[in-house]
Formats: sequence, C-alpha cells, structure tokens
Amino acid sequence: MENTEYKNVYIFAEQRDGVIQNVAYELLGKANDLAKELGQQVVALLLGDGISNQAQDLIEMGADEVIVIDRPELKDYLTEQYTQAMYQVIMARKPRIVLYGATTIGRDLAPRLSCKLKSGLVADCTKLTIEPDKEGNLDFYSTRPAFGGNLMATIVCPTSRPQMSTVRPGVMQKMQRQAGKKGVISTFTPNFDSTRFKVRLVETKQNEEKVADISNAKILISGGRGVHDAEGFKKLQALADTMGGMVSSSRAMVDAGVMDHAYQVGQTGKTVRPNLYMACGISGAIQHLAGMEESGYIIAINKDKYAPIFSVADLGIVGDLHKIVPMLTERIKKELAQ
Amino acid sequence: MNIIVCVKQVPDTTEIKIDPVKGTLIRDGVPSIMNPDDKGGLELALRLKEQTGATVTLVSMGPPQADKMLRDGLAMGADRAILLSDRRFAGADTLATSYALAGCIKTLDYDLIIAGRQAIDGDTAQVAPQLAEHLDLPQVSYVIDAVKTDNGVRVKKETEDSVQTLEVEGKCVLTVLASAFKARYMSVEGIIDAYNREVEVWSADQIDVDENLLGLKGSPTKVHKSFPKSLKEPGEVFELSDEEAVELIVSRLKEKHII
Repeated sequence: MENTEYKNVYIFAEQRDGVIQNVAYELLGKANDLAKELGQQVVALLLGDGISNQAQDLIEMGADEVIVIDRPELKDYLTEQYTQAMYQVIMARKPRIVLYGATTIGRDLAPRLSCKLKSGLVADCTKLTIEPDKEGNLDFYSTRPAFGGNLMATIVCPTSRPQMSTVRPGVMQKMQRQAGKKGVISTFTPNFDSTRFKVRLVETKQNEEKVADISNAKILISGGRGVHDAEGFKKLQALADTMGGMVSSSRAMVDAGVMDHAYQVGQTGKTVRPNLYMACGISGAIQHLAGMEESGYIIAINKDKYAPIFSVADLGIVGDLHKIVPMLTERIKKELAQ
Repeated sequence: MNIIVCVKQVPDTTEIKIDPVKGTLIRDGVPSIMNPDDKGGLELALRLKEQTGATVTLVSMGPPQADKMLRDGLAMGADRAILLSDRRFAGADTLATSYALAGCIKTLDYDLIIAGRQAIDGDTAQVAPQLAEHLDLPQVSYVIDAVKTDNGVRVKKETEDSVQTLEVEGKCVLTVLASAFKARYMSVEGIIDAYNREVEVWSADQIDVDENLLGLKGSPTKVHKSFPKSLKEPGEVFELSDEEAVELIVSRLKEKHII
C-alpha cells in the first residue's frame, strides 16, 4: 500500500564547526537519483549555529530545497538537541526517505530518531535503489554489508515512514556543482525542551596531526603486512609523491602501530574509490576488499601468487614490492620528465 | 551502583569463509564469541566495579546457547546474568531487539547501562541508541573512557577527528569501543565459580512489553534478500622479472591515462 502523505527525499546535511561534510554532498548525489525515480524533490536539512549562509551551497550541490534550523542549541552535535530538532521537522514535513551519513554523528542520531518515529532504519548502506514491488508500487531498497563484509543484505521497510538509512561515506558520487542554481531556502524553528538536555560538552580536542583524508585521494599507494615497517612505507610514500597520490594502509599495519588509523582502508577503516589503488604487500582480507574494490583501476603487488587481493586486481604482479616500488618510482619520474 | 551491560553472542566473523561453489556463508565450525565491543563494555563495567563496588548485571537476548557466553562474562567478574530467550523474540530487527532489552531492563534497578558500539555480525550500531530512546535516557556513543561523578558520569568520546569530553547528569546509556578497553582474562576461580552459578533465562512473560511489538511483528525492516558479495572478474596476474613488471605497470598506467 502506497503511503502518499510522506513525500520527497531528505538528507541530513552534516556539518562540523560550520563546515558541511563531504558525505552531505554524496548524499545529495544519491538523493537526486532516488528522487528522479520517485518523481519527487530533494530536500536538505541543515542544522547548526550561524550556518544559514551555507544553504545556497547545498542548492548548488543538488538540493531543490534547504530547510535551515539555525539555533545556538545546535552549535555542537549533541544527541538530545539534534533529536528534538530533527524529530519536529520530520513530523512537520513528513519525508518519504531520510538519508544520513554513516558517521559518528549519523550513527548516533539516526537510530535515536528511528526509535522515536517507530520507523525502519538501515545502517551503513553501500547501495540505495528505488524498484517496483509486486503490486507495482515503487519501494526503497537499502543494501549493506553484514558479517564483516562477507554477505550483502538488501533491506526494505514496507510500511513505516519515513524510510531511513545511514550511508557509508565515500561510496556515493557527488554531483557537479551548478553555480548560481536557484532553489527554495526555508527556515524551521523547533521548540526545545531544555529540561531534557542532560549531556554537556566540556571540551573538544581535535586530533593533533591534521591528517589528509585518504578518501579524497585520486591515487592511493596502499601498504600491508608485506611492507614490514615504517622504512618500507617510505618507499610507498616516494611513489605516491611522484604520482601526486597518498599512502594508505591495511588494518594489519595499523594494528602493528606502523600507520595511524586515519589511513586505514577497509570495513573498519575508510571506503575509498580512487582512480588508481595500488595494493603493495596486502593479502586482501575480505574486510580490506570491502573498502577498496570500487576503485577505478587496481594494481596488486604481492609475493604470494595465491593472495586473495589478486581476485579483485585489474593487474596483478607476483613479486617483491621492496624491489619493484623503488624501480617504478624512478621509471615514472623519467616518464613524467619527458 | 548497579551497572547493566548488554552483550551479544556472535559468530567470529573473521573466521567466516564463503563456499566458492555455492557462494554461501560457511558457518559450520565458526566459533561463537562474546561480541568484542560488548566485551569492552563489560571490561569498563568491571573497572567501575573495582572503583565503586558496583554490581554488574549482564543482559543478553539470544538462543539458549548464549548461556556459554554469559558464563564467560560471569567468569570475568560479572555478578548476575540474564538471558532473554523466547521464540517470540525471533526475527527481531534492531528496533524490536532494543524494545525487548528495554522491557527487561525496566524491571531492574540500575544506575548505568553500557553496551558495545556495534556487533560484528550485524554491524548496525543501532540497538543501544534505540534502547536509550525506549528507556527515555540520554546516550553517549563511541566512548573510550568513563569515570563516575557525584551525579552521573564523565566520559570521553572518540569521533573521526577529535576526542570530546562530555558530562552526563543522571542515568544514561554508553556505547563503548573494544579498542579502548582491553578485556581481562577469566580467572580460574572465576571459571569454576561461573559454572556453579545460575544464568537466569527469562521469557517474554517476565518482561515489561507489549507482545505485538516483539520479534518479526515489531520489526519495521525486513530482509528482502541476502547474497554473497559478488566478486568482480579477476584481472590478469603476471610473474615477470622486476624490470618487465615495472614496464608493464607503466604501460597500463599510460593506457588508463593515470600518468
């Protein structure tokens, strides 16, 4: 049965310190696909303090409408404050679908809201589609990895509205910016019940080393157990520098303390889809493959010709990365100098 | 102080393999373990017990076999273990699971609820925030440190790019990361003791719930289908001299306009 009272595809436009997060743009990209299938609109919900001037940015990146909730209570993300505001705007506007980034914010907020709304929520999705059901009504399907990435499950919420999903960052494609695009910008004023604010933010300590985000890299030279140590990673870094790329890592080298978690690719790290992913000395556990197999072109260098990484590589080289990577660096330098 | 720790028995997903012919999960012989983040939650509870003399109660929902995991928890130092086990709970999604857990916890006397961030089989991270909503309690997720204060807890929370310090007034639900709380081993006396103690098995009749909101009936999400991850067609694998390998890589990179 089609419930027509609930309309349009909404996204939660996550911001931190007033900076709209990449995942919000990715959600706008996917929301546009879904809205087109449904013949409906894309609406972005922008919550924060002093963020009204960023609404146009969301319009240009794919929103038809932006609802701004600009309140001092929403300066920093706190579960209760954000839940109250989101719950009220959802009850007032009745979205068909609401998408959130599967970040520490989205995965805290969305389940809380889904319970308040008694609606279905699907976690950490990697694929979202609109397909007709047996009666020909269009339904919303969310696909996600489970069992550590061993199994994919497609989940549907047949009756509850809105249908909500958190979406893994780095998986969906942003749209090209349409500078000067016109859209609707409206505001919403929630009534906060501050007697329920029981959690106070005392301080936020930014991680000291401001690490570049590997999910933005076009070229990733990634190292695993076969790289051995920090010395080994220097060889990868030299190649990455030559090619204008970045170095990333498998979980093994993060657990070994060689690389920081921020550089980890995989199920418990980041999902990446660079144009080139070069896996050096990475055996390719399924949890790792889950984070990189959508890359444009995958080259694997590994001593073990039976390493599972070769099953997803476009080009596999059985060999010693410690010899090949430095030679390749010199060879590419020469190539680029021409 | 009374602390409740929510725990789940899960298959050790790092041991799961895919049948290369049928393309299905091979679950035979895969060990069942206490979910790692939940074990971290139990460790935090036991540290608070050492500091404050709190009692620690384990609550789990699952099949009768989860008895073993709960005994492991008792052997680590928990004081009491309750297993919600009833066919009426079957087929529950996160909303119906959190509802049943809330129905159990409502009947208990508690000051703090600790859960793991997420389970390694479902990976949803949804049950604990939904539990907090059912119980109308504040929540803090991704917790890496917690200390008792006069009227609540003071916690550290890890986000993608920061560590936040938060103060919670009154009762709350915390979700913790296994990496922050390296779990202790079971003691020999603890193991022997645990097998002489009772794991309380509760049915849906013993908890404060509307039966229509349990299990499959109370679950707004349905699994439409599940399938093994499709692996793409493998590319070519070459065993060449180092020089030849380098030339091959360079030619492919040029072909793909990467350099």
